[in-house]
Amino acid sequence: MGKGAMKNLRKAFLRDLLFLGAVVLITAVLLSMFPEKKDPVFLASKNFLVEMLLIMPAVMVLMGLFAVFVPDELIVRYLGKSSGLRGMLIAILIGAFPTGPLYVAFPIAASLLKKGARVASVVAFLSAWACIKIPQELVELQFLGLRFMAARLALTIVFVLAMGLLMERILGRELRDVPGVPEPGRP
Amino acid sequence: MNGTTLFINALALACLALGFMKDRAKTRQALKVSVKFFVRILPTMLVIILIIGLMSGFVPPKTISRVVGQEAGFIGVLTVAVLGAILQIPSLIAFPLAASLLENGASVTSVAVFITTLTMIGFVTLPLETRILGKRFALLRNALSFIIAILIGLIMGVIL
Repeated sequence: MGKGAMKNLRKAFLRDLLFLGAVVLITAVLLSMFPEKKDPVFLASKNFLVEMLLIMPAVMVLMGLFAVFVPDELIVRYLGKSSGLRGMLIAILIGAFPTGPLYVAFPIAASLLKKGARVASVVAFLSAWACIKIPQELVELQFLGLRFMAARLALTIVFVLAMGLLMERILGRELRDVPGVPEPGRP
Repeated sequence: MNGTTLFINALALACLALGFMKDRAKTRQALKVSVKFFVRILPTMLVIILIIGLMSGFVPPKTISRVVGQEAGFIGVLTVAVLGAILQIPSLIAFPLAASLLENGASVTSVAVFITTLTMIGFVTLPLETRILGKRFALLRNALSFIIAILIGLIMGVIL
């Protein structure tokens, strides 16, 4: 990670802290105006805090392990060659593995497109990265239940495949005008 | 502690043990990365927890169901979809928020749409996506994601 990216992270973190301060202040003001609401508000917050603290460290450990043991180059190597429906399914599977926010996947997607990967596979990969990460699914299971998680997962996979094929139809099988990977450190 | 919690913690421990057996230095580095992730996500997590608390205390379920429940109809779904596309909440933290909305009268459709647009569409990161992947690709991906998010939500509303 370049210096610029680090700086951006620090800025984002400061912004998050500022936002937290604002919300704490608003909570304090509201609760001092309506003291009778104190108990229900604290009870609801406490329940969710406990539930999150029980799983978040484990999820973070999983994400850290994925991030270190599954480097970007590995993803590009495995995705570059696969094609067909099998290629798209592999793309979804690989997209579900690693970690990090969606914008981390953009440069990977760009280099895949430049290496001649199918548009449908790259779209499937990006979408899977966005919304079917394994640690994320575990949190969804915890909070929303098996039925919700399974239904959303199945529907998402089907629609992501369809979306990939549709985008390929519109854009062509291979993209030649991909602007490309930005310099390291420049967000 | 329920089954899912146990499973996640057991899985994390198993993976950690496997990592330590394979490569000590790398696993230690992974743990450092984990701590960094956690610290980075903590402020937003606390914000969401406070918001969930405030919502339970101050916003009656009736209001929530009027805005994002069955009664809100398609306009409600669209509103939630746009909100999900604009907001920048880490998806990990979005699930507890979604759960508390669901408990307080939001519809399955709204919640599914919210999670899907939140994760797949980055309104804030659209300029970045455009620069890296090109305008046509980025715009098309985000627009189609918006549509499939609504479709997924509507189908989930029917089957669940």
